Amino acid sequence: MSVRAASTFFYRRPNWYLALLLVPPLLWFGTVYLGSLFALLAQSFYRIDDFTAQIVREPTLATYKQVVTQRANIDIVLRTLTMAVAVTIACAIIALPIATYMARFARGRMKAFFYVGVMLPMWTSYLVKVYAWRLLLAKEGIIAWVFGKLGLLGLLEAALEAPGIGGPSLSSSYIGMFIVFVYMWLPFMILPMAAALERVPGSLLQASADLGARPAQTFRNVVLPLAIPGIAAGSVFTFSLTLGDYIIPSVVGAPGYFIGMMVYVQQGTAGNIPLAAAFSVVPIVLIFAYLSIAKRFGAFDAL
Amino acid sequence: MTAAIEFREVSRVFGDVRAIDDVSFVIDPGEFFAMLGPSGSGKTSCLRLVAGFDSPDRGQVLLDGRDVSSVPPYDRNVNTVFQDYALFPHMNVLQNVAYGPRVRGVSLSEREKLAREMLELVQLGAQGERRPAQLSGGQRQRVALARALINHPKVLLLDEPLGALDLKLREEMQIELKGLQRRLGITFVYVTHDQGEALSMADRVAVFNQGKIEQLAAPRELYSRPATAFVARFVGSANVAGAALAQSITGVATPFAIRAENISVHGENAPAATNVLSAPGSVVAVQYHGAASRWQVKLDAGDVWSALVTEDAARSLNDLAVGARVKLAWPREAAVQLSS
Repeated sequence: MSVRAASTFFYRRPNWYLALLLVPPLLWFGTVYLGSLFALLAQSFYRIDDFTAQIVREPTLATYKQVVTQRANIDIVLRTLTMAVAVTIACAIIALPIATYMARFARGRMKAFFYVGVMLPMWTSYLVKVYAWRLLLAKEGIIAWVFGKLGLLGLLEAALEAPGIGGPSLSSSYIGMFIVFVYMWLPFMILPMAAALERVPGSLLQASADLGARPAQTFRNVVLPLAIPGIAAGSVFTFSLTLGDYIIPSVVGAPGYFIGMMVYVQQGTAGNIPLAAAFSVVPIVLIFAYLSIAKRFGAFDAL
Repeated sequence: MTAAIEFREVSRVFGDVRAIDDVSFVIDPGEFFAMLGPSGSGKTSCLRLVAGFDSPDRGQVLLDGRDVSSVPPYDRNVNTVFQDYALFPHMNVLQNVAYGPRVRGVSLSEREKLAREMLELVQLGAQGERRPAQLSGGQRQRVALARALINHPKVLLLDEPLGALDLKLREEMQIELKGLQRRLGITFVYVTHDQGEALSMADRVAVFNQGKIEQLAAPRELYSRPATAFVARFVGSANVAGAALAQSITGVATPFAIRAENISVHGENAPAATNVLSAPGSVVAVQYHGAASRWQVKLDAGDVWSALVTEDAARSLNDLAVGARVKLAWPREAAVQLSS
C-alpha cells in the first residue's frame, strides 16, 4: 500500500487514525503507571508473618490496621501531614506576590528573567541542593553566621528552642527541614499560579475598579478567586511532593520518620512490602481528601 | 450648565505614537455622544481617560467641571460597558450586577434587590442564577449594561459594545440602548468604528483620525456636509475629488465630495445637461445589493469612484458590463466642498 493510499485510508477513518495515535501511549501508561500502582495497592492487602517474616498472600486489612492503630505509625502520618500543610501554605503565601508580579506587571526582559529565575533551580541536581542546604543550615553555616553578624543569634536560638520544631541547629530541626521543603517546591507553586493569573483578562481588573472597587477589594474579589485554580494546582504539587519525599527528611532535620522514609525503609531493609505499600496509599488518600475539600470550596469553579 | 465631560487640549503619547493629539471638546449632560473612527484613531484612548484607566500627558479631563486627571477609576461617577463585557466568570449574573453596590458596602439583601431591579430593566429577570459562560452574547451584553448602570453613573461609557453581536441583534440593541438612554437621561459616550451605528444613535458624533477630531457635528450634518475628505470617505462612503481632479472637472481646484447615491451612470455618449457635472471612466466591478447595485468605475484621471444604481436605473444599463466605457454624472449642487 502506497503512502497516498495509507493517508487516504486514515483520512476517511478518523477513528482508526485516533486509535493509531493513542493506543501505544495508552498501553504504556496503562501498564507502567496504572499497572504498577494497582500491583502496589494489591500488595497493601497482604500481610507479613511476624514469625517467619514471609509475605502471606491472602487478602487482609491487617496491614492497614497496623498503620492506623499503632501510635508510632500514626505519628509518622501526622508529622508528614503537618509538614505538607505548613509547606503548602508557606509556598502559597510566598508565591502569590511573585506570581502576581510575573503575570501582571513584568514585561519583556524582566518577565523572562523571572521565569528563568524561578525555573533555574529546577535544572540542578536535587541532591546537590539538599546537601547544600544542610551546609547552609549547619550550626557553623552561613545562616547562623549572618544571624551572628547581625547580632540576632539570640533570636535564632530562641526559635530553635521552640518545643517540637526546634533542635540543636537549623540543619537538625524541623524548622530547617521546613525551609528546605519550601525552597524546593516553591517553583511548583509559582508557575501554575502565574499561569492562572496570566489568563485573567486585564479588562476584569479594570471593570472591578470601574465599579468602585479599591485595589485591595479588586485583589480579594477578583484576582484571588481567579488565581485559586492555580493555587489549587500548585498546592497539589507542593502537598504531594512533601508527602512522598524521603530524601529531605533523611538529610536535613530532626530524626523522626516521614511517610516517604517509612516506605523506603520498609520495602528495603525491613523487607515488609505490605506495610510499605500501605504507607504509600496514605498520601493517595490524603490527596484525594484534599482535592475533594478544595472542590467543595469552589477551587475549580472558575476553570 | 456644567459640561458632563470636557477635554482641554488633551494629549496622550505612547512612544512615538500620538494616540491623542491636542484634543478639546465638550459633552453636554444627557447627551448621546459617539466617538467614531478607525482602529488606532484615538477614540478608545479618549474613553480610557474618561474612565480613569489612563491619564493624559498634557491637558485636562474634566468631569462635571472637576479636573479628574489624577482621580482613580473607583472614585469617578462613571461606569463602563467593555468591549469583551468583562463579566466576572466566577460570579453568577446577579453577583456580577450586584458588584458595584457590594464594593461600596451595601448589605447583601439590599444589593440583591437592586441587582434584580436592574436585571428586570434589561429583561434578564429570570437569569440571575446563571453563570456568564451559560449566556448568549446578547444576554452577556445586557448583564454588562445592568452592572454598569446599577451605580447610577452620571456618564456611561460604551466601548464598541455591540461589536461581537450579529447584525440583527445589533440593530435590536441599538434601538434598545437609545431608548434606555432617553429614559434614564444619562450621558452616553459611545465608541464605535461603525458609522451606521454612530449616525443612527448619537445626538452628536466626533470623527477621530490619527489622534485628532476631524469633525464634531450632528449625524445629519456630518453626512450631508462633511468637512474633510476623511469624514466624507469614512462617514458617507463618499467619492472625493482631490484638488487636481476637481480642477479638471469643475475648473476650480477646490476638493469636493459626492456621495455614491447622487451619482448616475450613463453610456459614454450621453448628452451633457445643464448644472450637471460629469467624469468619464470605465466599469471595474458591479456589486449587486438587491434594491441597488454599487458600480465601481475607474475614472480616466485614475481614481476609482462608486455609484449607487437603483434597480430601475440599472435596467437601461443592461448592456454595460465590466470594462465598458461610461460617464458618471451628478447634479452640481450635490457636490460638497471640502476644506482639505
